[in-house]
This record gives sequence, structure tokens and C-alpha cells, in this order.
Amino acid sequence: MNAVAVPLGAAATGATALRVLTQLRRDPRTVALLLLVPALLMTLLRYVFDGQPETFDRLGAPLIGLFPFITMFLVTSITMLRERPGGTLERLMSMPMAKLDLLSGYGLAFAAVAAVQAGITAGVAFLALGLDVQGSAVAVVALAVGNAVLGMALGLFVSAFASSEFQAVQFMPAFVLPQLILCGLFVPREEMASALEAASYALPLTYAFDALERVASGTDFGRRGWADVVVVIGVTLLALALGALTLRRRTP
Amino acid sequence: MMSSARPNGAASAPDGAVAVRDLVVERGDRRVLHGLDFSIGAGQITGLLGPSGCGKSTLMRAIVGVQVVTAGNVRVLGLPAGSAPIRAHVGYVTQSPAVYGDLSARENLRYFARVLGAPPARVEETLTTVQLADQADRPVRSLSGGQRARVSLGTALLGRPQVLVLDEPTVGLDPVLREDLWRSFHELADDGAALFVSSHVMDEAGRCDHLLLMREGRLLADLTPDELRERTGEQDMEQAFLRLIEREAALA
Repeated sequence: MNAVAVPLGAAATGATALRVLTQLRRDPRTVALLLLVPALLMTLLRYVFDGQPETFDRLGAPLIGLFPFITMFLVTSITMLRERPGGTLERLMSMPMAKLDLLSGYGLAFAAVAAVQAGITAGVAFLALGLDVQGSAVAVVALAVGNAVLGMALGLFVSAFASSEFQAVQFMPAFVLPQLILCGLFVPREEMASALEAASYALPLTYAFDALERVASGTDFGRRGWADVVVVIGVTLLALALGALTLRRRTP
Repeated sequence: MMSSARPNGAASAPDGAVAVRDLVVERGDRRVLHGLDFSIGAGQITGLLGPSGCGKSTLMRAIVGVQVVTAGNVRVLGLPAGSAPIRAHVGYVTQSPAVYGDLSARENLRYFARVLGAPPARVEETLTTVQLADQADRPVRSLSGGQRARVSLGTALLGRPQVLVLDEPTVGLDPVLREDLWRSFHELADDGAALFVSSHVMDEAGRCDHLLLMREGRLLADLTPDELRERTGEQDMEQAFLRLIEREAALA
């Protein structure tokens, strides 16, 4: 049986990614909302800061990278939650499906969606709204995809603690908003109360924002930037591992 | 994944396809199964009968390996229930259909076939077996209850399982379809599979090769339908079961 274990795992991951994307396609309204809302919000922001283009330039690029984090967190936690009462999770757990293959399948599917989402948002922002960044626009999109996978991994993890879709939706303001407020997007972190600044170091979005800001402002990405990337990847892997632990083959 | 792929020791498992020893299951502070002890033979249909709430589903979950067990042990095909090498050889159909409602029957089967490592041709074969070829491309959500149940059953048949655990598979199905399904169950058993079918409708007992009668988490009897008729002097299965309970009560 060992001979087939490896390709079977890759096949299960690929099949899961395809299945999740097919499910998503069956819901065109959700797809439209996922792909277009960030671009529309970006447009809104552009005209809110009509008189302060430099503020739009400062916030725009990080936001392209943070939108996918928020949407993927929500979409993943709810999609995963639906597998539990539906009995499909239990069915999968009774099959030769490794937990990490299942989670990787989810990750692959939502990373693909995030890439399209960030691509559209960036395209609209850079080409139509005149967003100006010092660094590379491609780097902004790449970081956006990374943040999406981080959001997905955290969403998978917290979905284990939600017993209804209402609860899962409430995890968004509970888990995501504090990170958004503390990451430095609204106020530079060094200007916050020192306890909050210290707390911000414990939150993964802080590092995601820092990397994005470095690209946007054209400051040397350097070791700090790469350290940010490593933290984001590390937290993603940790959340996936913890997510795998919350998937139980046997339930009471 | 033909029969040559059966896990080591499966063919010569001394206790038959499934061996349950002193199985105790507690859910919360309630004892659901009180030390069950029995075996299920390959090549036959074993019916699990008893009133709703008597622990049938919990017992089936323990055999599939998705139930947390308090004490005792369950071996399937000679290995601990739910262990990795046998997962591809055990099919499980839950009471409510565990399939993706937003996907079609064909998409559901295609996905689970990939997870199981079953050849793609098996999907079309299975659609024919469960008589869904005409409805294969409609979203499962839009199918009737009976059709949804058949998608779920098809999923369990994909891997040509050697042990097929069916939790109330014929509830809500019309008589013609029930007849057809029982015929295919017998064909599977004739091919050497062990089928374990639960029902709370006693008239299905006559269709089984062997019966386990259960009440309040205990086994009342482990016998063939003929033995049940003989022992109770009743031809009607419903009456026979009631007679057995009366006797049990008289003894207590």
C-alpha cells in the first residue's frame, strides 16, 4: 500500500482543490463578491482621499495585500464548517485521506482565488485609480497571495471552534479586526500605547503589513522584509498544523 | 484496488470481516453501548435491528472507526477499526446523505473516487448501479431525498469495499427502489463483501443472512432469521422481535 501512498496524497490534494473551486463556481454571486468588492472598496477609498493622494498611495498597496487575508479567512472558515454537519468531513476521515492533504487542497484552491482577487484589485488600483507605489506591483500581488493563504490557514483553524456559521462570522471581528487595527495601517505602531505596540508583535498581520508597507514605500525590503515573510509563512504552517490537530478522525 | 489489494491477513481474519469485543461507548455521561461482543462474516448481509435510539448508529460509527470508544476493541479485516490500511476497503453510508449538495452526483463521485484512488471508470459504473445516470449532472441539492441517498450510497460503493456499513440505507425509498437496492446488496455479498445494514423496520430483517437484535445498547440476539422464527414461533419479524423482548423482560 505504501507504493501508492505518495501519489494518492497528491491526487487527494489536487482533487480537493478542484472540488472546492467547483463548489465555489456553483455560487456565482459569491465569486463576484469575492473578486469585485475589494476593487470597488479601493475605488471608494481613492475618492474619499481625493484631496490627499499621498494618503491613498500609503494605504492602497497594503490594502491590496490585506483584503485577501480578510475574505479568505471568512470564506474558508465557513466552507470548512459546512463539511462538519454535512457529514462529508466524517466521510473523508473514514477514507484514506490524510488531514494535511485535505487542508492543502483547501489552501491551493483559495490561494488561486486570492491570486485572481489580488490581481483584479491591483489592476484596478494601479491602472485605473493611479495608485503609485515605489516598489514592485508584482511583489504587492505576491504578498497578497501569501496573506490570503495565511487568512485561509487561520480560518481553517478557528472553524474548529465555531459550531455555527453565525459564530464563524463573528470570529472575523474577534480575530481579524484587532489585528487590522494594531498592524500599523491606521496609526504607526510606535505611536500606540506601549502595551499595544508590544501586543502587535504577537499578531501575524503586523508582519504581513510591514512587508507590504516596505514594498509600497520603497524602503529597503532587506532582512526585515524577508523576516516578515518568514514569520507569515511560519504562522501559516503553524495554523495549518494546528488545524490538522483539530480535525479528528474519531469524534465522541 | 481489486480484491488482490486486500490488506494483509484480511482473507484469513479468524473472526470474520468484523470482530467486536467487549465494546463500550459512552457519549457524555451516558453509556450508549454496554459491552457488545459479536462478529460479522464476509460474504453475507448482517442486519442490525432495533428501535431508534438504541445505539445502532454509534455501533456502526465504531466499526467504521470514527467513534471515540470507551473500552473494548473493534477489528475490521484483521486490523484495528479505522486504521489507515483498511480505510480504502470500508464503505460507510450515514443516515443522512453525506455528499456535497452544490455539486452534481457525477462530481461528487468523481471527487471521492480520486480520494479513494479508484479508477475513473468506476464513477460511471456506480452511477448505473445506483440508477442515477439520468440525473448525474443535476446539483445533488435539487434531487429528491431518495436520489440523494443513492448518491451517498454510490460514494460508499466506489472503492469496491470489502466491508460495507449502511446506516438505514432504505429509509424513505420507494418499494421498487428498495427491492433493487437489496438485490445489489446481495450481489455485493455474493462477491464476498461483508455488509452490515441497520434498520428500525423489522420487515427488512427477513432479507438478511444474519441478524443482530439490539435494545438499549445491548445485544438481545445474534442469530439467523430462521432461528429467530424458530425460537419465537412467530413468522412475522416484528412479532418475533416483540416476543423476544417480552421474554427478556420476563427473565429480568
